Amino acid sequence: MSQPTQAPHKPPFWTIARRDAAAGYIFIAPQLIGIITFVLVPLGLVFWYSLHEWNVLAASFNFVGAANYQMLLADPNLPQVLIASAIFSAGLVILNMSLALLLAVLLDQKLKGMVVFRTLFFSPVVVSLVAWTIVWSFLLQNNGGINGMLAMLGIEGPNWLRTPTTAMISVVVVQVFKNVGLNMILFLAALQGVPKELYEAARVDGASGFKQFRRITLPMISPTILLTSIITIVGSLQVFAQIAVLTQGGPGMTTTVLVYYLYQQAFQFHFFGYGSTLSILLFVIVAVLTFVQWQLRKRIVFYEN
Amino acid sequence: MKTDLSPRMKTALYGLMCILLIPFVFPTWWMITSSVKPISDIFAFPPDLWPRRFDFSTYAQVFELQPFARQYWNSAYIAALVTVGTMVISSMAGYAFARIKFPFSNAIFMVVLLGLLIPSEVTIVPLFQIFLGWGMINTHWPLILVPIFGAPSVFATFVMRQFFIALPNELEEAARVDGLGRFKIFWTIALPLAKPALGAVAIFTFLHSWNLYLEPIVFLSSTQMFTLPQALTQFTDAYGGAMWNIQLAAATMTAIPVLLVFIVAQKQFVEGLAHTGLKG
Repeated sequence: MSQPTQAPHKPPFWTIARRDAAAGYIFIAPQLIGIITFVLVPLGLVFWYSLHEWNVLAASFNFVGAANYQMLLADPNLPQVLIASAIFSAGLVILNMSLALLLAVLLDQKLKGMVVFRTLFFSPVVVSLVAWTIVWSFLLQNNGGINGMLAMLGIEGPNWLRTPTTAMISVVVVQVFKNVGLNMILFLAALQGVPKELYEAARVDGASGFKQFRRITLPMISPTILLTSIITIVGSLQVFAQIAVLTQGGPGMTTTVLVYYLYQQAFQFHFFGYGSTLSILLFVIVAVLTFVQWQLRKRIVFYEN
Repeated sequence: MKTDLSPRMKTALYGLMCILLIPFVFPTWWMITSSVKPISDIFAFPPDLWPRRFDFSTYAQVFELQPFARQYWNSAYIAALVTVGTMVISSMAGYAFARIKFPFSNAIFMVVLLGLLIPSEVTIVPLFQIFLGWGMINTHWPLILVPIFGAPSVFATFVMRQFFIALPNELEEAARVDGLGRFKIFWTIALPLAKPALGAVAIFTFLHSWNLYLEPIVFLSSTQMFTLPQALTQFTDAYGGAMWNIQLAAATMTAIPVLLVFIVAQKQFVEGLAHTGLKG
C-alpha cells in the first residue's frame, strides 16, 4: 500500500479509513473465501442434491423435487435414529456437564497435589480418539477387562456392546470420560474467577455451603455453563468414530445416531441424494438447538462479561 | 466454598478423587500393559494389572502388517500443516474482525460464524463431490484444506477475535501515530501479545486434525495414504476380528507421544485453554 503523491488541492485517495478497509479485507480474505468454498457453496449443493434421486453406483441423477423429504418422513428407520441421537446427546450432555462441574469443584479445593489430579483427569483429552475408543472396546468385550473385574467381585457383567441398553450407555460413557476434562478446565477457570468477597459476605450472613453454591457459584459461572453446553451439544451431534469403532450402530440400530446413518446411506449404500437430505436434517437440528440455547441465555444467564 | 478443610474432610476428598480417577487413567494403563502381553494372556482371568510375560513382538508386527511408519508420518505432517495454517488464517481474520473498522465487517463476521452451525459432517457429500471434481480423492488435500479454511477454523477465528478485542487500544495508537502499517502493527505488536490464545488454538487444532476419522475414511482409499485413526482399526484377522494386542500396540504408539508432550507442557496446555474459555 504505497502512498501515491498527490496534488495539493486533491485529498489523498489512500485515507487512513480506506487503507484500514483495504487491510481489513486482505486480512479476512483467506477465511472468507474458505468459508464460501468449503461451507456455504457445499451447503447450497447439499440442498440441491437433496432434491435429486442420486445413486452413484447406478449413475442416476434425476430431479425429484421433495421426494427425498417425503421418503425421509416415511423412513421406518428414522424414528429409531432420532431416538438414538436424542438419547446419546441428552445422556452425554447431562453426564458431561455434571461430572465436569463436580470435578471442577473438587479441584478448586485448597489441597496439595491438585495439579497432578487435574493433569490426570485431563489426560484422556489428548489421547487419540480412536486409540481411546479401541481400548474401551477391548475392555468392554464380553471376556474383557471390565467383566473380568466384575467377575472377581462375583458379578456377572453383561455383554456390554452387544446388548441394546448397555451398548448405548457404553458409547455415552466412553465419550464422557474422553472429553469431560475440557469442560472441567473451563469450569475450573470460571470458579476461580468468582470474586472471593461474595463468599465471605455470604458466610457472614450464615449461608450454608450448598446455598452458597446455588446462589453465588452457579449464577456467576452461568455464562461458562451456557457456552460449554452449546459446544457439548453440537459436538454430541457430530459423534461418529466412537460409534463406528465400538458398535457399528448396533445391536440392531440402537446406537445408529444421525451422522452414522448419514454415512451409511451416502457412503455405504451410495444414496447421495437421500444422504444429502439427512445432512439437511442434521443442519436444521444443529441450527435450532443453537438458536434455542442462545435465546435461553437471556433467562438463564445471570450476567455477561 | 474455600474454607480450610479438616484433615478428615481432606482424606475423604482425596479418596473420592482417587476413585473418580479410575476410568480416566485405567484405560491408558490397560492399553500399554496389554500391548506387551502375549495374545494368550490378553483375556486372562483374573485380569493381570502387570503382564505375567512380556511379548514385544506385537510392536514389530504393527509395522509388518501395515505401512505404519508412513501412516504415522501422514497424520503428523497433516496435523502440523493444519495447525500452522489455521494459526495464520485465524489470527489474521480474528485481528481484522476485532481491531480494524471496515465496511460490512459485522455482517461478514456473522457469515463466518455460520461455520459454527455447519459442521463438516453436514457438507461431507458435496465436499466429496468437489474434491472428486478437483481430482483430490485419495490425496491428503481434503484433510488439509477443509480444516484450515472451512468450518473447523471458525472456532479458532472466534477465539482469536475475543482475545484481540480485549487488548488495550493505547498499544496500537502509539504505533499508528508513528505511521506503522496495519500488517506491521499486527505482526510486531498484536501477535506477540496473543501467544496464550495462539497456544490454545494450536492445541485445539492439532487434536482435531489428529483425531479426524470420518473425513479420512470418506476421502482416502489406499493404506499408504491412511492416517493413524483409520489405520488403527485395520488390524483385523482374515475374519474381520480385531487383533487386539497388535491394535493396542499401535494405539499405544499413537497415544504416548502426544501424552508425553502434554505432561511436560500441561501448565501451558491447561492455562491456555482456560484462558480462552473465560472470554466466551
